[in-house]
Amino acid sequence: MAKNRGAVVIDIERCKGCQLCKEACPSKVLSMNIEANSKGYHYAYMEVTEACTGCASCAYVCPDACITVYRVKND
Amino acid sequence: MTLEEIIKPENRIYGKTPLLTETPMHYCPGCSHGVVHKLIAEVIEEMNIAEKTVGIAPVGCAVFAYNYIDIDWQEAAHGRAPALATAVKRLNPDNCVFTYQGDGDLAAIGTAETIHACNRGENIAIFFINNGIYGMTGGQMAPTTLEGMKTATCPNGRDVSMEGYPLKISDMLAILDGTCYVTRQAVHTAAATARTKKAIRKALENSMNSKGTSVVEIVSTCNSGWKMTPHQANKWMVENMFPAYPLGDLKDR
Ligand SMILES: Cc1ncc(C[n+]2csc(CCOP(=O)(O)OP(=O)(O)O)c2C)c(N)n1
Ligand code: SF4
Ligand code: SF4
Ligand code: SF4
Ligand SMILES: [Mg+2]
Repeated sequence: MAKNRGAVVIDIERCKGCQLCKEACPSKVLSMNIEANSKGYHYAYMEVTEACTGCASCAYVCPDACITVYRVKND
Repeated sequence: MTLEEIIKPENRIYGKTPLLTETPMHYCPGCSHGVVHKLIAEVIEEMNIAEKTVGIAPVGCAVFAYNYIDIDWQEAAHGRAPALATAVKRLNPDNCVFTYQGDGDLAAIGTAETIHACNRGENIAIFFINNGIYGMTGGQMAPTTLEGMKTATCPNGRDVSMEGYPLKISDMLAILDGTCYVTRQAVHTAAATARTKKAIRKALENSMNSKGTSVVEIVSTCNSGWKMTPHQANKWMVENMFPAYPLGDLKDR
């Protein structure tokens, strides 16, 4: 099955832990870290790494432009 | 494939535009203002017009917008952004000029400036963040506050017999001959951000091409003022704001 495989990198210090990325992810990849950044926000991270398709929905809705998206064709 | 194999520069498909500065935005977590800033910066970057674009920042939560998008800015007095934009664009007709305004700014104290700039057909884009509340000052009722919606100054909900009806100002602006493009959008989903981005682009192109005034209303959340989580605020917006402020183009000529 040809499918995109993706990954996201989250700028931990920019993240405000709003969870909008987590809610927007159709593949339920993202969760909030139990650790907090220097401002005390529980930042987002990839919990289910293998489910990411690189669709970038999370990044489009992130109000703080924290998310960089990578995608490869996987066949 | 391992994450290391995927996370390589040649596979990067989306990330922060360099036109958004490294300064962390002061907005509350999950605030729509951040998404709209990001989209405006992306469009300016893609149109390659950063050197000739001038933004007019409002009074309201977006008062520091000039810290976040690396273009030239002017700061207007509360509600006066369309008047200042008029001056900037008339004096520099080759510039792309936009205002960025909240609903208190645009539809309360700045009503006259807004209507007359649109009626004169000033060649500016107006980006109008309608979150139905005065966010910055602590969540007071705005002209756009929904019927029954609770705010600090209508704690029992807006009573239309006392305080009037939610002001559909974009619909009013659409009937003016000076406006060329009036649309209402949102930024709560990936698909909505894509539509808003197109609308922002069209509005900035209209300013460059001197087609008249463009108004892009973005129905937004103020999760702090609404006293909800960001996700709850998005749901509440869909269920309550969209029926009063339906999305879509009101005018495109
Ligand atoms: C002349 C003047 N009157 C009143 C104020 C107080 N004030 C500051 S922001 C604001 C309203 C902001 O609401 P809005 O424009 O909706 O922006 P938001 O914060 O919701 O994005 C008011 C009334 C002011 N700064 N100047
Ligand atoms: S890129 Fe798509 S699949 Fe991957 S985390 Fe973001 S929303 Fe989820
Ligand atoms: S949307 Fe952005 S700011 Fe919000 S939790 Fe996700 S990465 Fe952090
Ligand atoms: S008060 Fe409301 S509009 Fe202002 S930054 Fe916070 S959430 Fe955004
Ligand atoms: Mg407001």
